[in-house]
Amino acid sequence: MSDDPQESNGHRRAGQFLFAVGFTAIAILLVALLGDQTVWKAKVKFFAQPRFWPAVGVIGMAVFGALHLKTLHRNRISRYDLREARIWFESVEYALWFLVYVWVVPIVGYLPTTLIFAPLLTWRLGYRSRKMLWISVVFSLFVVVLFKSMLQVKIPGGLIYEYLPAGLRSLFILNF
Amino acid sequence: MDLILSSLDILARWDVVLALLVGSVGGVVIGAIPGVGPAVAIAILLPATFSMDPIVGLTVLLGIYGSSMYGGSIPAILINTPGTAVNALTTYDGYPMTTRGEARRAISLAYSSSFFGGIFSVICLILFAPVLAKIAPMFGSREIFLAALLGIILVITAHRGQTLIAAALACFGIWLNTIGLEPVKYTKRFTFDQSWLSSGVNLIVVVLGLFALSQAFILLQSEDEKVRLTKLRGSFFQGFRELARHPRVAGVSATFGVVMGMVPGVGEFTAQFMSYSYAQKSSKRPEDFGHGSSEGLIAAETANNAVPAAAMVPLLALGIPGEALTAMMLSVFYVHNVIPGPGLFQNQMDFVVALYIALLILNVLVLVFLLMATNQLIKVVKIPNRFLGMCILVLSFVGVYSLRNSATDCALAAGFGVLGFVLKRLSLPIVPIILGMVLGGIMEVKLRAAMARVKTPYDFIDRPIAMILFLMIFLVLTLHMLRVWKNHKRKKTNQWSTSHASTSFANNLYRRRNSLLTARGKRVRAKRSTFSRQSTDKN
Repeated sequence: MSDDPQESNGHRRAGQFLFAVGFTAIAILLVALLGDQTVWKAKVKFFAQPRFWPAVGVIGMAVFGALHLKTLHRNRISRYDLREARIWFESVEYALWFLVYVWVVPIVGYLPTTLIFAPLLTWRLGYRSRKMLWISVVFSLFVVVLFKSMLQVKIPGGLIYEYLPAGLRSLFILNF
Repeated sequence: MDLILSSLDILARWDVVLALLVGSVGGVVIGAIPGVGPAVAIAILLPATFSMDPIVGLTVLLGIYGSSMYGGSIPAILINTPGTAVNALTTYDGYPMTTRGEARRAISLAYSSSFFGGIFSVICLILFAPVLAKIAPMFGSREIFLAALLGIILVITAHRGQTLIAAALACFGIWLNTIGLEPVKYTKRFTFDQSWLSSGVNLIVVVLGLFALSQAFILLQSEDEKVRLTKLRGSFFQGFRELARHPRVAGVSATFGVVMGMVPGVGEFTAQFMSYSYAQKSSKRPEDFGHGSSEGLIAAETANNAVPAAAMVPLLALGIPGEALTAMMLSVFYVHNVIPGPGLFQNQMDFVVALYIALLILNVLVLVFLLMATNQLIKVVKIPNRFLGMCILVLSFVGVYSLRNSATDCALAAGFGVLGFVLKRLSLPIVPIILGMVLGGIMEVKLRAAMARVKTPYDFIDRPIAMILFLMIFLVLTLHMLRVWKNHKRKKTNQWSTSHASTSFANNLYRRRNSLLTARGKRVRAKRSTFSRQSTDKN
């Protein structure tokens, strides 16, 4: 069996073994924790036990995960698996961008944060033209106006809005 | 007639009309952008619809669901890239038509087929609604449990070649749903003594992570592609004339769409596959299929557009979603305390029919929009991938954060986003996780309720519908096992027929070389050399 990262049916082979090993290991760990993390109640029917459905879930994960691992017919991690894992890890950068955005919004406010975040991420992605940066600014303004001002979704006002003049403060807290 | 009038009364509101317009136009645009798709859009918009009336919120979501496939056919035909996953089959015959200069014909045929499929399914279901209203009350706890179990089994077995991992991921979904305080005995389950886990893992957080954020990560890491578009000139009405020449293919495909849509866990892909196979087998020119056959295009587009209306049947009649999009819609019902199930058909039949009429109007609106605005709409396929990823990331924030203003939810969603990214990279299925979460919850509640009245195991299936469902589960599992056994036998036969001495010899050489090169091999040789006689050669 070659280590070719692409299978004939178009499914990526690289990383499959790594994922299956990780998934099965976590499932087995959860099975081991089943007794500690769930309760078996006396005088309660088997199917109504609080432990029953978590057991169905974790035992199913472990059994099917292990069977899936067996069908892969692999027993070692290849360099293609590691290369694939590095790509998985690279996605964490954008998850962190997202979390920083989440962390800053309650402090700086939804509108200012979005107006900074969108062009900054656009810049990071390699778009240097003024056109793209302006489009990102207009897009962020559109999103804030649509969701916060018009649809009134629940996003709290920023802490720095407290320093705005009285009339402007309530306007910003409610709409931006 | 009274029922239809009262249903129209529900829809005769400015906000419902606006929702219809936004849903239909928004759905087409979202469908036309490759890499977004209805699941991402519905996941993002879901929390925003919680503040709306159920009919308004559901109309927007249904609009996106029902019209995205119209839009998805545009890039499938013009640039060989399906706008939504279900338009993949459209590329087989749509793109070859474009390459031979028939793009307008292909697009107009796709529109007319989609329109026919959509209208056909809605009319079928409006006519079928009174029958459903009679059958639905026959579903008690055990029947709903068995139907949910059948749904989950069908979802798993539908992933051919990936059944085991689909089952493992469905179990992962079932486990995720159990995290938190158990609702009857109030005991903690897998909370690891963390207070933020006591309320459980929210379905919408998981959906947003697995569908929206993961797609954003995929797009952010991809390369932008240069798209060259074909200019479309002239009217798009010719498709209706061509469709009228193939009534049999269109009728059978729409029927497949309706039937497959109603079966939980089956959906568009099976309907399309069956319709396409039928059209090819019954065609006078089967060799044209895959090379720009109008019948192939009709079969694919009619079948996929007949599914959305039909997929609402198990959701509305039994409260069982058959796929990820209807699972998301279920949460809108729960937020508004409208519990889908037999009671809905008995007590709020006008609401159900109103939803179907909304779908009917929606199809007309979409068609009118597309006939007028296709030339402008096709420009959306030029949006660069990575920029689109940034847009989805910004929009995902609205979806997750507006739920409970919780940074923990956002961190969880980001975690599920990375998981979804990994699954998408590996082409592993995501839908079983969502359906495991939703159907797992339903099965837990219904099994507990059903077992309270069951004395012997046979009592569980002694009612006619329960027995039918049990037999269906048995049949599906048996057929699946037979298929697995046949595949295994075929694989073994192929192995035996292709393995010959030279292959084994090459393998032996490969192992021998590895053994010679590894440290262990050197150690073994060194050890053996101590027992061998020293060379007496004097060189």
